Amino acid sequence: MALTKEEVLHIAKLARLELKEEEVEKFRTQLSEILEYVGQLSKVDTKGIEPISQITGLQNVVREDRVAPFEDREAMLKQFPKRKGDLLETLGVFE
Amino acid sequence: MEKSLYGAWCRDLSTAPCGASLGDDKKEGNMKLNELTITAAHEGLKKKEFSSEELTWACLDRIAEVDEKIGAFLTVLDKEAIAQAKAVDKKIAAGVIPDSLEGIPVALKDNMLLKGAKCTASSRILENYVATYDATVVKKLKAAGAVILGKTNHDEFAMGSSGENSAYKVTKNPHDLNRVPGGSSAGSAAAVAVHETIYALGSDTGGSIRQPAALCGVVGLKPTYGSVSRYGLIAMSSGLDVIGPFTKTVEDARIVYDVIKGKDPMDATTIEGVRDQVLGISSDLKGVRVGVPKEYFVDGMDKETEARVREGITQLKKLGAEIVEISLPYSPYALAVYYILQPAEVSANLARYDGIRYGYSEKNAKNLQELYNKSRGNGFGPEPKRRIMIGTYVLSAGYADAYYKKAQAVRTLVKRDFDDAFTKVDCIATPTSPTPAWPIGEKMDDPLSMYLADIYTVSANIAGIPGISIPCGTAHGLPVGLQLLAPQFGEGMLFNVGRAYEQSVSV
Repeated sequence: MALTKEEVLHIAKLARLELKEEEVEKFRTQLSEILEYVGQLSKVDTKGIEPISQITGLQNVVREDRVAPFEDREAMLKQFPKRKGDLLETLGVFE
Repeated sequence: MEKSLYGAWCRDLSTAPCGASLGDDKKEGNMKLNELTITAAHEGLKKKEFSSEELTWACLDRIAEVDEKIGAFLTVLDKEAIAQAKAVDKKIAAGVIPDSLEGIPVALKDNMLLKGAKCTASSRILENYVATYDATVVKKLKAAGAVILGKTNHDEFAMGSSGENSAYKVTKNPHDLNRVPGGSSAGSAAAVAVHETIYALGSDTGGSIRQPAALCGVVGLKPTYGSVSRYGLIAMSSGLDVIGPFTKTVEDARIVYDVIKGKDPMDATTIEGVRDQVLGISSDLKGVRVGVPKEYFVDGMDKETEARVREGITQLKKLGAEIVEISLPYSPYALAVYYILQPAEVSANLARYDGIRYGYSEKNAKNLQELYNKSRGNGFGPEPKRRIMIGTYVLSAGYADAYYKKAQAVRTLVKRDFDDAFTKVDCIATPTSPTPAWPIGEKMDDPLSMYLADIYTVSANIAGIPGISIPCGTAHGLPVGLQLLAPQFGEGMLFNVGRAYEQSVSV
């Protein structure tokens, strides 16, 4: 499954990853190899097989929707890269 | 003072280039406190033969002595550890009998949150992140009186099989400083192997506890998925990640598992286990059926490694177990299933590192897009980027059916192999790793060859079952691990078989 340079750049865009010029080719060959390997699953007959999404068999684990205060709010706020008082400052979504 | 059941393989460690003092002055009764097992340390504390502070200092001194060469630790919390030790000593002095883990030093993989301490996931993107709460397992260890020595190095975001993917340093294998300790929980494995700590916690998503345990010659347990809370474990692959212990003996692993397991309201994927199938402490395995899957002994496997593992299986037979050849026909596909499902989950879990609320944030971004792209582009190392991209691709429109859904279906087939096998046998014995530790740098240019290191360990994560790696001798002078697998919540079987084996081969 050989990826093209354009496909790699498209994936990087979807994943919000800026790749350096030299990384693009390196990842292109590596990703192609890996996808080639995992692509062998296409040989497996899975007709009628239910896909597993949860290995424990648990279903609908619920709890009461109760709001509880976080014990150390300030510790969280301290991690903000840019802060204005209690508010997280960030660049605008719309320009 | 009980001698460590670590047995014959302690001798091998004494010739390690780094550990000149490790075996040389080890005479009966003269063992250094940091070389004790949890069981022996607990006995010693109970009998007041030494204090928790002395035990902790022994570990801290050892870290100061060897960690520059080994590189197991990212953060050492000496002041906090001594304070915790002193608190335990006060309790013991007042006549309180210590609990099983009380006053005993532990090291934590740096992807588990310890409030107030840096938690980097061995990545630059969390270089200055300070944990704002304790992981549930950390809460449990604290309640049990554990002394936390610090945070250990690992492959970035727990992605890797060698310890070389850390953004900070490469941990070395204590048995040969030019070789990898295995990964991703490299530091935790090495720290136990070289007696910098009495035990350690790691996480296992595709083998990241069991494989480094095998390569470093220690015991590593991956519990049943859902038996140990993942709350406070930096999420990598939520459907596969499990926290577990590195210890010097199987009994020690059982002790730690007992403390860290349990249903947690903060982790909706946890289950209270059915009663562990503990058959009672027995050195005899009569009535135990051990399955040996023919697909796990392939041509091209390292011959000496194969010999050690087969000897281990023969040893189980000598103890009375019935050895049954079984087949797990979908085994060859488990790694492919893993390298679709895991990157897919990774691409979702690592989306939160966006430079907005915490972590590395690109300072000169012109707009929001650039902020995302550059923060992530510059903050993540190559392996996380690779996996995020694979995951993005296999989940993307037009490919999700062919890759992701297909992998989920093959997952059912892999699990079914184990379900069928466990109707015929009580546990399964395999090699943990196809080879012993390899030279640092050897596999770095070929990600796929690195992924193949996990070929014997990933299926346990795919099937959600527990697995343990136990030292079973050496190949080319390097440690080899015997892996035992059991059905979901079959940890009791692993401990029984493991303990019987270990005691029969230790000196």
